[in-house]
Amino acid sequence: MKPEKQMKKRRPPMDKGVLGRLLKMLFRDYKWTLVVVTVCVAIVAFASTVASIFMNKYLLLMEEALKTGGGWASIRDEVIANVLLMVVIYAFGWIASFLYTRLMAILTQKFLNRTRKKMFAKMQTLPLRYFDTHHHGDVMSYYTNDIDTLRELVSRCLPQFLNSGLIIVLLVYNMLRLSLWMTLVIALGVVGMTFVTKIIGGNSARYFLKQQKSIAKTEGFVEEMMHGQKVVKVFCHEAQSQKEFDEVNEQLCADATKANRFANILMPIMGNIGNILYVLIAFVGGVLVMMNAPNISITGQAMTFAVVLPFLGMARQFTNNVSQLSQQMNSIVMAMAGAKRIFELLDEEPEVDDGYVTLVNAKEVDGEIVECAERTGLWAWKHPHGDGSVTYTRLRGDVRIEGMDFGYVPEKTVLKNVTLYAEPGQKVAFVGATGAGKTTITNLINRFYDIDDGKIRYDGININKIKKADLRRSLGVVLQDTNLFTGTVMENIRYGKLDATDEECIAAAKLAHADDFITRLPDGYQTMLSAGGSNLSQGQRQLLSIARAAVADPPVMILDEATSSIDTRTEALVQKGMDALMKGRTVFVIAHRLSTVRNSDVIMVLEQGEIIERGSHQKLIEEKGKYYQLYTGAFELE
Amino acid sequence: MVIKTLAKSIREYKTSSILTPVFIALEVIIECMIPWLTAEMVGAIEAEIAVGGDAGLSIILKYGLWLVLLAALSLTCGALSAHFCAIASCGFAKNLRHDLYASVQSFSFSNMDKFSTSSLVTRLTTDVTNVQMAYMMIIRTAVRGPLMIAVALSMAIAISPKMSLAFAIIVPFLAIGLFFIIRNAHPIFKSVFKKYDRLNESVQENVHGIRVVKAYVREEHEKEKFATASDEVTKDFTRAEKIMALNNPLMQFCFNAIMLIICFFGTRLVVSSNGTELAIPEISALLTYGAQILMSLMMVSFIIVMIVISAASAQRIAEVLNEQSAITTPASPVTEVSDGSIIFKNVSFRYSEKAERASLSDINLYIASGETVGILGGTGSGKTSLIQLISRLYDVTEGSVLVGGVDVREYDLEVLRNQVSVVLQKNLLFAGTIKDNLRWGDPNASDEEMVRICKLAQADEFVSRFPDGYDTYIEQGGANVSGGQKQRLCIARALLKKPKILILDDSTSAVDTKTDALIRKAFAEEIPDTTKIIIAQRVSSVEHADKIVVLDGGCIESVGTHEELLVKSPIYREVYESQTKGGDAE
Repeated sequence: MKPEKQMKKRRPPMDKGVLGRLLKMLFRDYKWTLVVVTVCVAIVAFASTVASIFMNKYLLLMEEALKTGGGWASIRDEVIANVLLMVVIYAFGWIASFLYTRLMAILTQKFLNRTRKKMFAKMQTLPLRYFDTHHHGDVMSYYTNDIDTLRELVSRCLPQFLNSGLIIVLLVYNMLRLSLWMTLVIALGVVGMTFVTKIIGGNSARYFLKQQKSIAKTEGFVEEMMHGQKVVKVFCHEAQSQKEFDEVNEQLCADATKANRFANILMPIMGNIGNILYVLIAFVGGVLVMMNAPNISITGQAMTFAVVLPFLGMARQFTNNVSQLSQQMNSIVMAMAGAKRIFELLDEEPEVDDGYVTLVNAKEVDGEIVECAERTGLWAWKHPHGDGSVTYTRLRGDVRIEGMDFGYVPEKTVLKNVTLYAEPGQKVAFVGATGAGKTTITNLINRFYDIDDGKIRYDGININKIKKADLRRSLGVVLQDTNLFTGTVMENIRYGKLDATDEECIAAAKLAHADDFITRLPDGYQTMLSAGGSNLSQGQRQLLSIARAAVADPPVMILDEATSSIDTRTEALVQKGMDALMKGRTVFVIAHRLSTVRNSDVIMVLEQGEIIERGSHQKLIEEKGKYYQLYTGAFELE
Repeated sequence: MVIKTLAKSIREYKTSSILTPVFIALEVIIECMIPWLTAEMVGAIEAEIAVGGDAGLSIILKYGLWLVLLAALSLTCGALSAHFCAIASCGFAKNLRHDLYASVQSFSFSNMDKFSTSSLVTRLTTDVTNVQMAYMMIIRTAVRGPLMIAVALSMAIAISPKMSLAFAIIVPFLAIGLFFIIRNAHPIFKSVFKKYDRLNESVQENVHGIRVVKAYVREEHEKEKFATASDEVTKDFTRAEKIMALNNPLMQFCFNAIMLIICFFGTRLVVSSNGTELAIPEISALLTYGAQILMSLMMVSFIIVMIVISAASAQRIAEVLNEQSAITTPASPVTEVSDGSIIFKNVSFRYSEKAERASLSDINLYIASGETVGILGGTGSGKTSLIQLISRLYDVTEGSVLVGGVDVREYDLEVLRNQVSVVLQKNLLFAGTIKDNLRWGDPNASDEEMVRICKLAQADEFVSRFPDGYDTYIEQGGANVSGGQKQRLCIARALLKKPKILILDDSTSAVDTKTDALIRKAFAEEIPDTTKIIIAQRVSSVEHADKIVVLDGGCIESVGTHEELLVKSPIYREVYESQTKGGDAE
């Protein structure tokens, strides 16, 4: 609940400005393309409204020819001249139409590509807290649904909106050229249409929002149940599960029916108001012509059928475009919701990193540590000071935590006054019940979260001063949840060190005892892992993630239940390799299996966020405290 | 085939599905009469004016009334069709989802292995929506479009056969043009959607694995990877969209061409025939029909694209609907499990016929009712496979498994699974309160019963410490409880079934050793008659079992008590020593 509140506070006030922001973004990046597009759309709009002007002309010519009895010959030249003029205008229209649709297609894709990349880049900078407080499915939908609505908006809605708007303006002018009275008839129709659109459109939007919510609910339900389907089976819960699904499903159907009914009805109603308007024009026009009513128009023409007939076409065009506008309105509203969410992501506060101590390659010259460009295997912390001087501290892997307090949320402290020293090369183990705060400590060392009170020093430097990237680069982490990436086995191992050679990767795999099963895979190291590495067993995935950490070769390692899914025999084998790897490195180990932690230099027993016992295995056993209970409890209970 | 499968889900929405096109057809016919009648009216008035008659007003009134009536009728039909269309398509989608869900419910484990979870979710959501859209198009727009073309064309021919020749030229031209566009763009779209899926997959990976990305400082690397994939998608999309962009100018060209032809030749025909072959008002009627025909053609092409796209979705839905459950209750099932004894007779098992290696081979094992049996073995040694056969989550490939002296294939599935309660290795809690979750085991469990069982599973201690106790809301997947707590709740849930056989598949791996021991102690004291099978990594978890089975490579390496195995099983000895080394030194 809490994080949500925080989110709201951080959200900039832009609910209304979303469209403006979007347009600004578009105009900033694609100014000239958009200018050309606008001009082209204007040309297209013009070309598609000239018909009525020419119609009027032909009708006048025809009436004249029929009246004077001059026949085709008397008007032929003028008709041909007009037709040719039309062809020229239309040709411009075709070219403009071709140009703008093509430009828009390219622009849309470029824009989407840029936005996607921006979103992804932003996402990479967000603190872990963000991922803790947001559903992964929600984050995903930024890239799917929301991007889709943006595409719809930019590629279709905006140009069509502009086009329809311009056509309407031009049509009004054309109508006034011919007759004010007839224009008023159409205006009347439009008022009716707007009225209907408002009622139906408003309802439709409301129901669409409801439908959207229902869809989200159904998807959430389906997602959860599909993941738990095996549990459903085991508990014979199929009927119950079906019943619950049907409830959600019925609700979705009801909402969808309402939403779609309104949306579907809008089209025939608009179309038929168009029809009625068509009839009305003929009707009123007929009456006016018959009564020889005086006409008010820009061209000053008298009220004849040469005036009335073009209105039939114009009425159709007019109503079509008005309904286009209203439909685009709907899409724009939908797209704005998507754009708003995307902007929310882009506006998230990134992980702050005000560290200035960096990790550099170094070499020793006359006992002094000197920075150098090439990889020497020796690393040093480069520490610039306020007075402009720079000191270099050798990277050793000395971690000291003093009086540290921490809570994920302010009101609940997870760690209380934790103090510990880990000297270079030491293996420090954390033991304790689930929820005692073991993982939290490691999350704080690599600054996934910031501590509330106390200090963590790394090689004597407060870790708040160290650049996060450099801090993390010096720490290898193997987590219980091994996240592998789509790609080959080799690529996944290389993730630990991007410039590692194949030989290095294989050596690391051998160290982790992963080589054995990898070589038995159909394509060995080139076997493609599907999303999440689901074609490997959990134990195999853990071996791979150990290899991944091994290839990174960091001075400090954090193993958080890294071998929990590996059977103890294999673990014993891995352990040998790990021991070799760990020589001279500081290691933090978290494990449930006490056999995993037994040979640590120091074992910390945690209870409810506090270290209650510390010492070597031998010492703790002799103390006969909590550790002793845990250790012997496994063998001597009953 | 696919259509037939899907059509079964229309059911009660058949009436609406039929009424939709009926009303749409009526609407089209009426709509097409309006321009013609209008032209007639204008013609009649003109004629009246020409002869100087004064019946003009009554002509207008007569025609006008008819026209208004037609427009009103057309509106009613259109609205009704829209109404029925919404009911039919949404209802059809609902039934489809229901049937899909029901089909998945009937799946056995081996069926489920075939479809990935995410693909099932997509089928139930996106694919159904696609089919719903297509269905809407088929019963409404797909009827309207061609009918409109037919009626408008015949009206145009009725007015002037000569002028209708214009349509004969332009309509095929447009049709060919649209065909060309779809033909060229569609394959690109098809491939690009696959790439798009992969792009989204990589986002998903990143969201899930953000800790790893950050821990290895691979943000830049991921950004580059994503940028490459995104560029790729953009390139293909742009290629396809460029072709699609021809649509607009093509349409416009055809509209304009019709306009030009009618204007030029129409004018000539009117003047040269002195209005006998074509009257002036009829020109505007022709233009209206022209617009209607071209619009409809455009609509039809659009529908074709939609249907082609959704065909893939329909295919995927049909796959699930047609999937036959591999495991079903036999015709006359046994409905009583007499006791908790288990016998494996020459059992071999492989997950699929194509699997190269059998997961289990030649298993012979007898477990007496009420015994506690430990199963130990390395990763991939077949522990999970073995226990999944007991509650018939999979069927044996060879041999047989007997529970209570009866082959599991003869039981009613629900009876069997209620008596054989399995706590799966990958276990899950569902969104809802702790009580809701526990009731999975027994929907009628009383509060006292739940507390009792939770005490047994050592869960009461932490549950009662929650502010809301048993009413604490568990988030999806059990995200707000720790791994060990989740496991204990899962055990409690399984215990509530009061089964004759309880199977724990590595279900205490995240529980600390002390609690683990307490759970085992409670089992021994509280449910002595239940057969308990415990798969574990820790020797301490199985050490005191009546019988320990050591599996290796899908075969039983040895069976015996802790003491016996220490002597005769090298694997057991090795595991034991690796876990107690140092402890002995004391």
